[in-house]
Amino acid sequence: MKIKTAKRNIIALIITAAVYLIVSLLNRAGIVTSYYLQLIVTSCINVCMTVSLNLVNGFTGQFSVGHAGFMAIGSYVAGYITTELIPQSALSGAFQIPIFILALIAGGVVAGIAGALIGLPTLRLRGDYLAIVTLAFGEIIRAIIRLIPAVGGARGMSGIPRYSSLLIVLIITVIIVVLCRNMVNSAPGRACVSIRENEIAASCLGVNTFKYKMMVFIVAAVMAGVAGGLYSHALSYTQPDLYSFTKSCDYLVFLYAGGTASLTGSVISAFVLTFLPEVLRFLSDWRMAIYALLLIIIMLRLPNGLFGGKEIPFMRCRNYRLKEDSAKQ
Amino acid sequence: MQGTMECLPACPVFLYPKIGKEDCFIMNMILQILVYGLQLGSTYALLALGYSMVYGIVGMINFAHGDLLMVGAYTAFFIFAAFDTTPTNLVIIVGVIILTMVIVGAIGAFIEKVAYKPLRNKARLSALITAIGVSMFIENFPRALPFIGPNARSFPSIIPTKVIQLGSINVTTIQLVTIGTAVVLMIVLDLFVNHTIYGKQMRAVQQNKDASSLMGISVNRIISLTFFLGAALAAVSGILYASTYPTITLTMGSTLGMKAFICAVLGGIGDIRGAMLGGFVLGIAEMYANYINADFSYGISFIILILVLILRPQGLVGKETVEKV
Repeated sequence: MKIKTAKRNIIALIITAAVYLIVSLLNRAGIVTSYYLQLIVTSCINVCMTVSLNLVNGFTGQFSVGHAGFMAIGSYVAGYITTELIPQSALSGAFQIPIFILALIAGGVVAGIAGALIGLPTLRLRGDYLAIVTLAFGEIIRAIIRLIPAVGGARGMSGIPRYSSLLIVLIITVIIVVLCRNMVNSAPGRACVSIRENEIAASCLGVNTFKYKMMVFIVAAVMAGVAGGLYSHALSYTQPDLYSFTKSCDYLVFLYAGGTASLTGSVISAFVLTFLPEVLRFLSDWRMAIYALLLIIIMLRLPNGLFGGKEIPFMRCRNYRLKEDSAKQ
Repeated sequence: MQGTMECLPACPVFLYPKIGKEDCFIMNMILQILVYGLQLGSTYALLALGYSMVYGIVGMINFAHGDLLMVGAYTAFFIFAAFDTTPTNLVIIVGVIILTMVIVGAIGAFIEKVAYKPLRNKARLSALITAIGVSMFIENFPRALPFIGPNARSFPSIIPTKVIQLGSINVTTIQLVTIGTAVVLMIVLDLFVNHTIYGKQMRAVQQNKDASSLMGISVNRIISLTFFLGAALAAVSGILYASTYPTITLTMGSTLGMKAFICAVLGGIGDIRGAMLGGFVLGIAEMYANYINADFSYGISFIILILVLILRPQGLVGKETVEKV
C-alpha cells in the first residue's frame, strides 16, 4: 500500500514537472503569451479553491457558500505582510520567496482561525441554514474589511509584489490536491463521507460528527486562505469586492459542474470554466450569456456534474461513488 | 447634534428634501428614519415573499428571484417608453403595472418550467446551481441585446413628488404609495393563500406533494402559480424601488435579492407572514444603521441574520421542524 502511495506521488511530481516544462518552453517560444500564463495561474488558484470546497460540500455533504470570505482573509493577510510589514524593497532576492511562503502560511492560519470561529456556532445547524449562515459570514468578512483603513478600506490594497510565479502556484496547487486526496482516503476522510451519507447513522456508530465537520471546515478554510494569498500576489492588488458572493458562486459552479465528491472533476472543471469565458471572448457582448446558458445546459443534462463521484485512476484511492439516494438529499 | 446632521446628506439613501435644521431633534429623526425604513422594508418584503413561497413549495433557494425585480423595472420602463409622454392618468399607470406583473410573472413561471422542473427530483443542489446560472443569464442576456445594452437607464417619475407634513415629519407621496401598495398587496396575497381554493391547494402542496397529488391537485400547476405570483410581486417591488431610486441597472437585483432572501430567512423561510415581517424589520434596522454609519449598514443585515439564526434557527415566526429518522 505504501509503495503504491509513493508511486502515485511520484506520478504527481512527474506530471507537475512536465506541465511546468511544457508551459515555460511554450512561453519561451512565444506560443503561450503572458496573458495565457496569467490565465493558467488563475486556473490553478481556482483549482485550489474548488478542491478545498469539495472537501466540505462534496465529501462531507455540508453546504458552505461563503468560501470566498476565507480567500479574502488569506489574500489580505498575506498581502499586508509582503507589502506593509516586510516590503519587497527591504528584501534581497533570496529572501523574497521564503517570506512569501511564510505570508501564505500566515494567511492560511488566519483564515483557518476564522473558519474555526465561524464553524463553532454554525456547524450545528443543518442543510440550508448552514448555507445561509456561511453566506452571511462571507459577506460580513467583506463588510469588516471595508471598515479597516489600514488595508485600504473599500479601495483595497495595491502594489502587492507579484510573487505568484507559475512554478510556485503549480507546486502549491499540487500539494493542496494531493493533501485533499490523502485526506479523503484517510480514516477522518471516511468519517466525513459517512457524515455525508447519513449523519444520524454515523453518530450512532460513534463518529464524532461535530469534530469531523469542524476539522474539514478548518482544513478547507486554510486551503482557501493560501489560495487567496496566491491570488492577491498574482493580481498584485486586492479589493473587498473581488470576494463578493459572486466569487463564492463561481466556486460553487466549478464544484457542481465538475461533480461533487470528485477531485478530478473539480480540477478539470476549474480549468475548463476559467478558460471558457476567455475562449468565448470572440462573442463579445454575448459571452457571459452564452456561458450562463452552457452552465444551465450542463446542469440539466448531467445533474451530478461531469464527474459526479468518479475519479481518474491516478486520483482514486478508494471507491467513494455517490449513491443515487445520497445525491438526492 | 451638528455632527449627526452633517452625516445625513452623505448617506446615499437620503435623496429626499433635507430636513430643516431648526426642527431637528432626536425624536423627529427617529420617526423620520422609521418612514424611510418602512419604505425600504416594503420593497424588501415584496421581494422576500417570492423567496419564501418558492422555498415553501419546492424547497429550493431561487437565487434568480432578485433579478426578476430588475426585469420588472426594465419591463415597466420599456412600456412607459412606448408612450409619447409619461402618462399621468392613474388608470393607465395601474394598467401598466398590472401588465408588467403579468409579463414578469409569466417569465418567472417559464424559468421554473425550463430550468428547475427537470431537476425537481434530482439532487437539490443541482437546482441551486441552475438558479445561479439563470441569474447570470438574466443579468447578461439583456446586456447583449442592442436595444437594452449595458448602460443604466433613468426610470420615469410616475408618481408626482409632493411632500406632506405629518405632524413634525415629512412624508413624500412616493413613500406613501410604496408603503400603501405593499401593504395592500400583502393583504391580498394573505387572503388569497388562506381563503381561496388555489391558496388551499398551495398550502396542501407545501405540506405534502405526493399526498396532494393523490387528492387530485395538479402539483405542477400549483408550482407554476407560485412562481408566477412570486415573480409578479418582485415586478411590483422593482417598479416601486425604481420610482424611489430612478437609476435602473442590469445588476440592481442581485444585492436587493440577497437582502430580500435574508428577510425571508429572518422571518422564517417558507412562511408568508414571516417574510413580510422580516422585510420590514430589516428595512428599518438598515435605515437606522445607515444613519449611524453608512459603511456599516451593509453588514448589519448579515449580523442580524446570524444572531437570529443562532438564537432562533427557525426564524422569527417559523415553526420548528423536527427531523425524522
